[in-house]
Parts: sequence; C-alpha cells; structure tokens
Amino acid sequence: MRVLVCIKRVPAVAGRITLTDGDRAIDAQYLGFAIGPHEECGVEEAVRLIEANSGESVVLTLGPAEATEQLRDAMALGITRAIHLVTGGEEWDGQSAAAAIVDAVRADEAANGPFDLILLGNESADSGGYQVPVRVGRALGRPVVAGIKGLTVADGMARLEQEAGGGRDVYEVPLPAVVSVLEGLNLPRYPSVPGRIRAKSKPIAPSSPERPEQRLGMIRLVVPQVAATEATVLGHGPDAAPAVVDMLASLGVL
Amino acid sequence: MASFPSSAKVVIIGAGIVGNSIAYHLANLGWKDIVQIDKGPLPNPGGSTGHASNFLYLADHNKEMAELTLESAHQYEDWGVYTMCGGLEVARSQERLNELRRKVDSSKNWGVESRMVTPAEIKELVPFINADILVGGFYSPEVGVCDSLQFGTLCREKAEAMGALQSFAMTEVTAMGVEDGRIKSVTTTRGTIEAEYVIIACGVWAPLLAEMAGAYIPLTPVVHQMADYGPVPLFEKSSKAIGYPIVRDMDVLMYERQDGIGFEVGSYAHRSILHDPETIPSNEKAALSPTEFPFTPEDFDPQIEDALELFPEILGDEKVGQKYAINGLIALTPDGMPVLGETPEVKGLWAAAAVWVKEGPAVGKAVAEWMVHGEPSIDLNQSDISRFHAHQKTRQHTKARAFEAFPKTYGIVHPAEQYVSDRPLRITPMNRWQAEHGAEFFEVAGWERAQWYTCNAPLVEKFGVKTRPNEWDARWWSPIINAEHLAMREAAGIFDLSAFAIFDILGTGALASVQRVAMRQMDVAVGKVVYTPVLSETGGFKSDLTIMRLAKHHFRVVTGGAHGMADLKWFKDNLAPMASIVDLTSAYTTIGVWGPRARDIVQSITRVDMSHKAFPFGTCRDVEMGSQVVLASRISYVGDLGWELYVPMEQGQRLWDELWAAGEKHGLTACGMGVYGTTGRLEKGYRAYGAELDNDYNTAEAGMVPPKIKDADFIGRDAVLRQMEQPLVATCCILTVDDHTSASGEKRYMLGRQPITMPDGTPIEDAKGRRSYANSAGASPSTGKHVLMAYLPPALAVVGTKLAVEYFQEHYPVTVAVAGAGALFDPENLLIRA
Amino acid sequence: MSAVLCLVTVADGAADEVSLQALGAASALASGGAVHALVIGDAAGAGDLGAWGATQVHVATHASLTSFAPDAWARILADLADTLDVAAVVGPGSDAGNTVLARVAARLDVPFAANCTAVVPGDTVVVTRARWGGSLFEEAAINAQRAILTTQPHAVAKASTGGSAAVASYAATLDDADLAVRVVGHVAAAKGGVSLAEAKIVVSGGRGAGSTEGFAPIEELAGLLGAAVGCSRAVTISGWRPHTDQVGQTGTKIAPDLYIACGISGATQHMAGVKGAKTILAINKDHEAPIMTGADYAVIGDLAVVVPAISAEIRRRRG
Repeated sequence: MRVLVCIKRVPAVAGRITLTDGDRAIDAQYLGFAIGPHEECGVEEAVRLIEANSGESVVLTLGPAEATEQLRDAMALGITRAIHLVTGGEEWDGQSAAAAIVDAVRADEAANGPFDLILLGNESADSGGYQVPVRVGRALGRPVVAGIKGLTVADGMARLEQEAGGGRDVYEVPLPAVVSVLEGLNLPRYPSVPGRIRAKSKPIAPSSPERPEQRLGMIRLVVPQVAATEATVLGHGPDAAPAVVDMLASLGVL
Repeated sequence: MASFPSSAKVVIIGAGIVGNSIAYHLANLGWKDIVQIDKGPLPNPGGSTGHASNFLYLADHNKEMAELTLESAHQYEDWGVYTMCGGLEVARSQERLNELRRKVDSSKNWGVESRMVTPAEIKELVPFINADILVGGFYSPEVGVCDSLQFGTLCREKAEAMGALQSFAMTEVTAMGVEDGRIKSVTTTRGTIEAEYVIIACGVWAPLLAEMAGAYIPLTPVVHQMADYGPVPLFEKSSKAIGYPIVRDMDVLMYERQDGIGFEVGSYAHRSILHDPETIPSNEKAALSPTEFPFTPEDFDPQIEDALELFPEILGDEKVGQKYAINGLIALTPDGMPVLGETPEVKGLWAAAAVWVKEGPAVGKAVAEWMVHGEPSIDLNQSDISRFHAHQKTRQHTKARAFEAFPKTYGIVHPAEQYVSDRPLRITPMNRWQAEHGAEFFEVAGWERAQWYTCNAPLVEKFGVKTRPNEWDARWWSPIINAEHLAMREAAGIFDLSAFAIFDILGTGALASVQRVAMRQMDVAVGKVVYTPVLSETGGFKSDLTIMRLAKHHFRVVTGGAHGMADLKWFKDNLAPMASIVDLTSAYTTIGVWGPRARDIVQSITRVDMSHKAFPFGTCRDVEMGSQVVLASRISYVGDLGWELYVPMEQGQRLWDELWAAGEKHGLTACGMGVYGTTGRLEKGYRAYGAELDNDYNTAEAGMVPPKIKDADFIGRDAVLRQMEQPLVATCCILTVDDHTSASGEKRYMLGRQPITMPDGTPIEDAKGRRSYANSAGASPSTGKHVLMAYLPPALAVVGTKLAVEYFQEHYPVTVAVAGAGALFDPENLLIRA
Repeated sequence: MSAVLCLVTVADGAADEVSLQALGAASALASGGAVHALVIGDAAGAGDLGAWGATQVHVATHASLTSFAPDAWARILADLADTLDVAAVVGPGSDAGNTVLARVAARLDVPFAANCTAVVPGDTVVVTRARWGGSLFEEAAINAQRAILTTQPHAVAKASTGGSAAVASYAATLDDADLAVRVVGHVAAAKGGVSLAEAKIVVSGGRGAGSTEGFAPIEELAGLLGAAVGCSRAVTISGWRPHTDQVGQTGTKIAPDLYIACGISGATQHMAGVKGAKTILAINKDHEAPIMTGADYAVIGDLAVVVPAISAEIRRRRG
C-alpha cells in the first residue's frame, strides 16, 4: 500500500508570542520548529500502516528550505522518502497550499501509482485554516473524512472514527481516500538513533511551486492583550485546604 | 510575598547554583540582610543550572579546579543530594590513553582516587558498553551526580531559616547605581534597593549586569548540546536514578550516562556555537528555558553516530527514542577559568560567574569567605576577576578565545599549549627584530614574547644539547632554550622583558603603602631594589615582586605580566592615605642583560661606572647610555651578573640595537623566555608565583623568610610570626632526576605537576594533608640535570633522599639535591655578585 | 446590505450556542439584508431562530440523508447559496461546521476563513480569525464574491433581536457522491463518568503529577466533586494518561464552571483550551508559573500533598 502524509513546519510556541515582519509573522528567533501535533500522529499512522501492510510511505511538506529538518524527522520515524515543495518562507493560504499539494500528488502518482491514503492534519497548528485536506480530496475526487482519531484499513476500505457526543461516529470510505487526523489518533514514537541515521540517506525530492495570488489575504497578526491578573493565593501547602474548600463552597460546587 | 526592601547589606543577582550557594554561605558566616533576586521563577529561574547534566568528575589537571570540585562534592554529599556512581573516561586511541595516564598522575596530586582500567574492566563496570573499540580507560569511583536545583533550594531555605535571606523571583535588574567608584544601589522591576555589596551571580547574563555598573565580566554564552534517549529496557528494570558509572568518551568529546530510565548523551564535539548575552530571550519569550535553545540536529548527527558505536545495545535499539534535546547555553571565559571576586572597576561589586555545577557550592563558600574574611580558604588566584588585562575584557577577544577553546573542552591540552586566535595583541618594540631572528612567539597577558630564537639553532650543536625523544615532552619546547642558556652562562644573553607590569606609587603615603603590602623592609635608601614576597592575611603568597625606591615618596613596582593586574588591584586596595598609584606598564620596556660579559657590554655604551663597587647588587639608578637615559636595576632572575634596563617603549629598539652591537664581540646571545622563566630560575632555585608560591604554602615552607621580620606592620605579619613558632611541616626542595628511561626504553622529561612519591610509588603527604608534587620541572643546562621543585615533609627534605616522580603512570628515580633555600647552580651566588 | 446564509446545527432539540453566535455574525454581515438560516434534517428549534437574527429559516431534507454527511451538507449549502444569491455563507466553528464550510469553499473554489471572531462587511469582507487555538489573531481580507467563514466558538455575541422568521422547507438535491462520506455507525463512550467537554468541574494534572500513579489524588478529588479528570499535553506525550483526557489547543477545549489545574505550568497551548472556564484554581509548587496569571485562585505547594488535604477537608465537612 502507498500512504502519503502531509506535514507542516511550525514554530514550537510555548511562551508569549511576539511578532515580526510588520506584524505579519511570529518572531521565531528563539523558537525551535516542529511538525504540527496532528501531523505527528499522521506520520506515526503512516509508519504503522506500512509496517503492517508493507509498501511505501511518503512525507510531503510545503515549506521553506529549513523544512527539510521536519522531513528528516519524519523519515527518522520510518517514512520512506520525502517530497519538498520549497517556498520562500511566506505563508500560503489554504487554497494555494492545497493546489500545490494536489499538483505534487498527481505528479508522484503518475510515476508511482495512486496513494491509497493521503493523511493530513485536521488543521495546522499555526494558521488553523481547517480546509487543506478537504480541498485536496475534492480536487482529487476522493472521499475526505476530517477530524479522525481512529483508523483501520481492510479490504480496500478505511474505517474511521471521529469523536462525537461522548462517543465516536464511524465512517467507512473506499480507498483511495483523504483523511485528516487529530492528535490522539495514536501516541507517536520518538526517533531512534538508527532511524535518525537511516533518515540521512533517504531521498528528498524538491520542487518549487509558484505561489499564486493569495485570496485569503493576511493583513496583519494581532497578539491578544491578556489582562495579567494575579491569582488570589489561598495558602501554601496542605494548610491551604480549608480555604480552598471555603472557596469551593462559595462557588456552590460542593 | 514580602514587600520589596529598599535597602540591604548584600544583593545577590541570580538564583542558580552560584547565587544560592553564596546566599547560604554568607548567612552561615553570620551576615544578615541578604536579598537575592532573579528575573526568572524559582526554583529554576532558567539559567544554565536548570539544564546542567549535574555530574562531578573530581580529577583535574588544574589544582584550583580540583580543589573547588572536591569541596563541592563534599557539600553536595553532606546535604544528601549526591549520588556516587563512579565515572569512566575511555580511550579509543593510544594518544588518549596516555592523556588518561597523565590524568591519573594529576589526580594523585590532589588526593583524588583514580586508576587506569582495561577494556575488560570497563565492560565489567558498564556491561552495555562496546569495549571492543576501546584501548583502556580511567576510573574514578567518587564521581557522582548531584541535584543542583535541590541543593539551591536547601541553600535558600537554610539562609531564610537563619533570618538572613529574602529571595525575590521574577525581579529583573534594570540599572545599577554607582557613586565615586562604589556600588550604591540596584534598580529592579520591583523597585530600587540600596546595598553595600552587590554580587553578580547570573551566569550567561553576567556581562550585561556588569556593564550596567561600568564593570566587565568577560564571558560568552556557548552552546553545549545534549539529548535524552529512552526508555532503555535495561534501566526500566532497576529503580535507580543512576546505577552505572558515567562514561566520558574522550576521543569523540562526548559523555553518556543513565538518567532514570533514560540515557543522556552530551557533546562538546560540535562546532563552536557562540551567542551574545543580549540575544538570550526572556523567560516569557523562550520556548523552553531561556538558556535552552532550539536543538540543531544537524550539529548532533555526526556525534550520535559516535555514541552509537560505543553504546550499540542502548542507542541501537529501535524502541529507544530521542525524547528531549537541547542546545544548552554555558559560559566560557577568555582563559577557561571562572570569574570571581570584587570587580576592579567598582568597589563593592562582586562577580561570581562562569561557574559550573561541579564547582558551585565551593565557589559559594569561597566567595562568601572572601567577602566576610577578606580571603577565601581555597586559593582563587586563577579565577580572580582582577587577573584580566584590558583586552581580555572585550567581547571580541572573549569570543575569539571561547571559539577556540570550546572544542578543547575534552581535548588533550598540552600544559604549554598556546592560543592562536586574536593574536598579536600587544607587541614589544623589539618585535620585528625578534621575528627576523626567528623568534618562536608565546603569548602571555596578550604580549608576544620570544620563547626561543631559531637563529640560535647552531648553538644546539655547539653546546651538545640533547633533544627530547618523546613528542609530548618536546612539544612547545626546543633544545635551543638550553643552548641559549649555556650561551648566556658562557658570555651573555639579552632578554626582552616588556611584558613586565610596572606601576609607580607616589606621594607622602607611598612608603606606608608599600610597607603594608611588602613583607620585606621597604624603608630603604633611595636607589635600593627589594625583591619581596607579598602575603595574604593568613601568611600565604599573594605574589612575589620587585620594588625600587626611586625617591623618598616614589616607589616602582615591577611584577610579572600574567599576574600584574591582580597585583595592581591588591596595591590599590591597600593604598595608604596620601598615596596614588599609576600603571606604567605600557610606558616602559625592560631589557635584561645577564652573563659574565654583561658588565663589559653595558660598560661599553655608558660613561657611568658600572663596576661592582660603584653599582652593587640590589641597587638601581639612572644611567646614560648613548643618547638615552636608562633606569638600570642590578638584580637577576636568571642568577647571573647583569641589569634590568628600563627605557620608554619608543626607545626600546634603539637601546636593544646599541646593546646588540656592543655585545657582538662579547658573544651576546638573544635569549627567549624559556631561559628566563624556566632554566635560568630553576637551577637557581628561584620560586615562581603560581608554581611554588600560592596561598597554600607559607614563607617558612618556601624558604623565603627574611633574616629579620620587619617591625613595620604588613599584611600577613601576624600569620608569619605564628608560622615561625610552629614546626615546619614541608620544605621546598630541588630534586634531580636520576634516570629518565621509561619501561619502553625511551628517555622521558617531566614537564611539571607530577606526583613525587616514595620509590615504591606511595604518595607523599605532609602533616597538613598536602600531597607532594613537582610544582615546576625543567632543565638545568649548567648541571646537565633535569630538575624538579617540590614541597617535601621534613623527614624527606634531606639532601640525598631517594624518591620517585610519577610520569604517565611510570616511576622515575629522583634525589633531593637542595633542601630549603639554596641553588643547584652557583649556590654561593658568586656570579650575581661578580 | 446583502443577503447572508448561515448554517445552524442542532443539539438536544435546539440550535446550539455556537450556531446562534454564527447567526449573530451573519446578521452583522448582512447589515440589514436578509439573514437565511439553514437547518439540515432535524428541524427542532428552527422556529426560534428569528429571535436570534434570522429573517428566513430553511429546513433542508432528503430521503437519503439519514446521518451526518458533510459533503451532502456542503452541497445543500452551496446550492441554496446560489439560489438565494447570498454574499456570504457563515457557519459555526465547530468540528462539523468547519468541515462543512470548508467543503462549500472547496466546491466553489473560493477562500474559507475558519474561526472568525469579528467580521467587517464590505465589498471585500474583512475578518479577524483565531490562529494557534486563539492565542493569536489574524486580520484577513476575503478576496471573493462570496465569503465563506465560520465563527470561533464563544468569541462572537449572539444577536438577540427578538424577531421572528418564517420557516420553509427545502428539498435538497443530492448525488451518490455527496453521500459517499457519511456516518455509518456510532460507538458509545467506552467508560462512564463525566465527559470532559461537558463537565461542570474539571480537575487536571500536569507534569507535576510525575507519573500515571501521580494521578491518584487527582482522581480522588474529581470523584468527590463529580468532576471530569483532565491533563496537559506533557502528560499524554509521556504516556501517563490517554489523549482523550488532554485539555488544550490540540486536545479538548473545555468551558467548565470550575477548573482545578494541579501541577500544570500553563503553556499557551494549554490555556487555549481553558479559555471558557469561569473560575480557575491553580495548585502549583512554583508561585511564578505562567498559570498564576491566568488563574483566579492559587495554592502554592506540591499537588501530591495539597490535593489529598483538600479531599480530606471535603470529607470532613461532609461528615
């Protein structure tokens, strides 16, 4: 079987976000970069599918030259090879990102046959557009199931689970299909040293798609002003328990 | 939280291992009213302590570092935050194996238990290691891992319990108040606090804080990469945090250790990645902690393959993953040593930076003692902030040296190894002449100094000087040094001594000033030259130097370049009223001419009578030499007839030329610092500061007590009088090597800092617990011997005693040639007084 | 002034809150023009939508549409948008809303702006939308004839107009392709207990819990309070708790009356998931942890001793 997983290089934001480039980008000077959390699960799922079914897993990213780091990270986890759609570092809106991915998928499929599954993150960690998987599936004429936390493949069908109302809704779609996944689909592995070494010699195929005019045009980014409130300290250590329970009582939750 | 105070006796900036430890030790020594601030949160404010690997290897070639580390291990252990797991350093190459043997030599000097181990023994200690690629190793059973954050918390809690400390997290310094050269206040985001003392103990940020007060703490943040792998099945079976020795894979500049169920891998093998303190992000902006920069895997990839080769069982396991990896920031200084003590620029402003977790507690104690008692119990002269010359305080120099030194963190560094970066910095007037004569330049205090002249190569054959067959013994050395020495003893040698630090003390308080600092009588006739020890309050050595009395209220201090700035601060700190001090180092060059023909040469260019009667030893005066007025001082550090000649820098070349021309027919030879610093002094038994002389030995032990202790008070006088009443427990001796032949038949020549042992290899320890080691080593060309200087207990400090020197784990027989004051060559000093 | 179409989803027999908020945004966009609300399948509550800004309500049905089918929903929205010639299509920024509206945009090949917090009508609609789970916002221009967008949950006000709207049925046209992706079954939650997303009280543990076992006191307190147990991402990636317990940007976003965060430092991604909490109590050793600035109450101390003490106190008072 052939599985494609699309990933995005995103800054590893943890502290206060600050902006740069005329408030059009996150200042990543002090930040590391990582594969988005949903996509990490996508990578893990692709690796597991190929471990179970044999075949080929391919990782694709649309991102700057530095995104080779994330492609290598994915290959260190077991992905076979990589496709790198190299950008100049500027953001692509959902429409143009999807179009570039579709072109790359078509090109790869023309040479190597169709992907049974294309896995993407449900939404990117940074821009949160919620649309690339849907657009990719639509363009390729394949079913798209979004927001998936359970995935099994058998007999040319994918059984997909989506959290809903305290349980899970189930979808069944024929392959080939496009699936957008959520963190929690699996617990991704950490890269092993042999995996890391193998990744160094795995191929990355680069190409540089043209960035079309953006139709969802970013004007600027805004960091929300959070009123820094100092918490009322109810006490230190276990001695604080009565004060805490008083507070709970006042909230009426006891 | 308590309200922020408006004043305190001491403000400590930084709540890492250093700031916490100083806070505790100050409190423990009785100080109250201590306020500690940090811009980050507690208990981990985000500095280098927070990501330290926390292990302590006690062995070190450097005495000061070894003492600091040993003391720190004791403190960690006393407070129950030390897990002794043992430590290995493994060798993949013979060259490294030799270096490890040298490390065992050094360990023995400081009483650190260690031994060489075979690959099979290594495998026994660390069953999961690939011993097949190893040729051996070094094992130190007392190596361990501390909990530096817990130690810091205990420090604060204890100091708080003593009612001495208040700590404020999330409090950032925005300004420092300085008045008349003294620290007055610290302004923070919580308010301004007045303080008698301010201690900058905030690691990689320290330079910025110092700058706020107009002072310098020269260090640069440097990346050290580390990664954690796991879970390791083998470790999951045991519940220990660390159950196996730490391994330093020295040839590939890495370390590996168990950390719970994980396996920590650290590297010093990647390129030097330097940062500026200004570019460290705030706690808010940093993704992890401010000093944990994003990991750059491309730098680590080659190293992890080396680690895999040594630990295939652990790192080759497909299920063991990289769970955490950082580019951690650590601080490096221009010379690799910490930066401790009161800043020379601002009174009351103290530095305690560039300190690793392995030294933190001891540094805290020593700095606290220094502040409270005026002197630390561990001699910190190599870490003293006042050691830095102006150029060493600059960012560019600091970064250049840190860049060069980082890859040597686990490197094999020869004791005489020279830096190559950021040179030349200070060049003497004779530099071009020297270069044309093939000078091999060594650097001290930024000065380019000729160590020897290759133009003197023919002298090697002339005097039949033997070369050293072993590459290590001969590295940074040349037989030309010995040949120049013999040429000097035969006729005369000319030396460029421009690196001397020179300062004048002037005013009606000048005599009182020098009397207080110098051990020797300074109330001498104008024109007298006095060589004197400079002591600490406890009677140890702070320095040794020469003082000339040029006029009633005018003294000139001449001291070694390397230690000159520290001496300058010491004199400044102890200046009497109505005295001022002026640094003239860059105003004067010094040219030395010594040897039996020195008088003939000097006399030939002056009309002044230079005879022994007219110009006796130990005197100085202005002398006309051609068109120049030269201050001539008749003393000698090489044990021969001659003078130090002082002229303004711009006239140095002219004087050199005239002396050179005049000396031609007398056989004058240009001699390098190899003669001046080693061969000349050693055979004369002259002690050197930093080698034989430090705060751990006193004047009686060094054999440098003057015939009469002067009545005038001086620093250390009480201690000296006490010491003279006590029985001597060690005596500085000269030993000669009887047989240089190693087990392999090669002749070996010790370079210094090797254990002096009983003939059977048993270490020698004096009644104060100090081990005997070769403080200095070098050739005595005049006697044809290789000599060592060492302190020996009285029973062994007897001429003719047969002992041994341990060198690369072999023992060579030595004999005590001189016990106490005295010389191997010309013991009656006939040459000097000719 | 232009017509706007808004998707309204239904839960428990009434339009859900997020849809009413979307309707509010739709009203703002219409600026006096027609506001069409579309309810698909379940017509419950359709008659009430006029009170929340709708001027016309459409209830779409189709014989084959027996369960949620996002492409079918998108087809209906797109067809109706064409029929009504609306300038914008709005929906709730829920999982269902986002995937359906994205599919509408994909069908029409126009931009899609997810999770908007503000909309400015005009020839070019300008929106403010949430990124990084609401830790950052983006102002963007939708360069299209028809703006397609969803509203960030609990970020846009409902428009309580008190009006009324006629309800019309709409017979949808669907192809097999539109029904290829649809819910074919439902698996009930494996365990009982309180659902994290809907709990009124959540007790969460972070890295400070130290291990799977470290959650015992948290479970105990949650049990006493009838609360759900949550955790931070640090906990799930360490494998101490299942991802279903994770609160935050990539876990469950919660809006309880009371959130008790034990040993959680409060990283941006975590706080993105608890923005809806009314009261936050933080229990942390580190009184300078970031969560302290987001919490209403704090106890400084180790959760391993503080949490059992609170449980003991509750038991004592309950006798």
